Amino acid sequence: MIDVKHLSKSFGDHLVLDDISEHIHPGEKVVIIGPSGSGKSTFLRCLNLLETPTSGVISFEGTEITDPKTDIDAIRRQMGMVFQHFNLFPNMTIRKNITLAPVRTGLMAQAEADDAASALLRRVGLEDKADAYPAQLSGGQKQRIAIVRALAMRPKVLLFDEPTSALDPEMVGEVLEVMKQLADEGMTMVVVTHEMGFAREVGSRVLFMDGGHILEQNEPHAFFANPKEPRTIEFLSKVL
Amino acid sequence: MNWQPLYEQLAEQLKAGAELPFWQDFYVSICKAFLVADRWQLYLKGIATTLQLTVIALAIGVVLGMAVAVIRTAHDQQLPGRRNPILGLINVLCKVYTTVIRGTPMMVQLLIWGFVIFKSSRNYAMVGALGLGINSGAYVAEIVRGGLMSVDGGQMEAGRSLGLNYFDTMRFIVVPQAFKNILPSLGNEFITLFKDTSLVSAIGGAELVYYAKGIGGKIYDYMYPYIGIAVMYLIFVLILTWLQGKLERRLRQSDRR
Repeated sequence: MIDVKHLSKSFGDHLVLDDISEHIHPGEKVVIIGPSGSGKSTFLRCLNLLETPTSGVISFEGTEITDPKTDIDAIRRQMGMVFQHFNLFPNMTIRKNITLAPVRTGLMAQAEADDAASALLRRVGLEDKADAYPAQLSGGQKQRIAIVRALAMRPKVLLFDEPTSALDPEMVGEVLEVMKQLADEGMTMVVVTHEMGFAREVGSRVLFMDGGHILEQNEPHAFFANPKEPRTIEFLSKVL
Repeated sequence: MNWQPLYEQLAEQLKAGAELPFWQDFYVSICKAFLVADRWQLYLKGIATTLQLTVIALAIGVVLGMAVAVIRTAHDQQLPGRRNPILGLINVLCKVYTTVIRGTPMMVQLLIWGFVIFKSSRNYAMVGALGLGINSGAYVAEIVRGGLMSVDGGQMEAGRSLGLNYFDTMRFIVVPQAFKNILPSLGNEFITLFKDTSLVSAIGGAELVYYAKGIGGKIYDYMYPYIGIAVMYLIFVLILTWLQGKLERRLRQSDRR
């Protein structure tokens, strides 16, 4: 579904991603873990071109998105993204936050989008917040709305960039719960996270990144039960 | 209230060389500056032109400023490797425009507009409005650009990641938030612009200062006409400030918790 070949990214002299090749299959729930500065967020942001790769080729369902001639907006419509800091639009109500993109991109008419928004909000238990503004919500509520906003575009894949890292501990659960539901429904997901429990329970594959490389990857139970690389063992011993 | 009989009586005494107490002298001067020969109508005409100048200049300034700010921001936000050469050229023109306008005095610009570029035009007020608008545009551009940059980068990323194109993201997400942030500075710029319309008198625009100067010359006394228009300007600025505060409160609606 997403194919990455020889992806490198540097900021100035600093090489953040060093020749990464990887493939993400439909229906997979890929969880990326690793220490901060390992390049995992940059890798995720390259997948929908929020960061421009320095070199390498990324394709989405056969379309080369790193090709300057590709209509990147059309690709992004099929790849939802959820950010660490939610990035809800503070100048709009929740309903408008959710319906803006589907309506403006011509995916839905306003009435249809409103219905879709209500249905999605009901699903995450926030239907009473449709007319609230983001500033009136808690962090966990904001992140659930952000997920709903991405879902409203009916994406084929969802990218999560540390979706629970900015939340109060007691709100992490409600967001992970929504993500778990999505995973159960078969959504393709790429998740950068520090939630090892989530990685183990929901992930179909765990990637461990450090120093701009994918050092090790495996199916989660095997990955956590017997990691092979010394760096992975060291990292896991600190976080588990 | 009929001011005329007392005025004529006092004016008569003055003519005869009498020393009048301060308040009577004051009364005569006020009458001469504002009431005699229906001079207040001239001030009203002046105010009308001043407001007209402000509105036209404002419209030009905002449109021009927004356009320049969006072009410059769009240019700076292009992805490396996807730079558009035409946008680059327009960006250079915008930079030249803001540099020249902000680097030369308003007065000099007006003189050039009035006596060099449009030297054969008799419509002094319109030339003045154009000059003011073009001047204001450069300042508005910098204010708006600052405002656009003040919006968290995550907002643009969130909009783009949903598949919205650059201009929709700007229009619905970034610009409305920037607008709220820049409203105080923009309000100040508008107030400055309103006051700067007085400079148009230098190229013959018949606004408030122009009439006050004329009346002062006629009655050999500039104090009351000039202080009078100073008060008029102040009243309008107070009204504008009040309106600005009201608008700011309304835009803060989405901040309430």
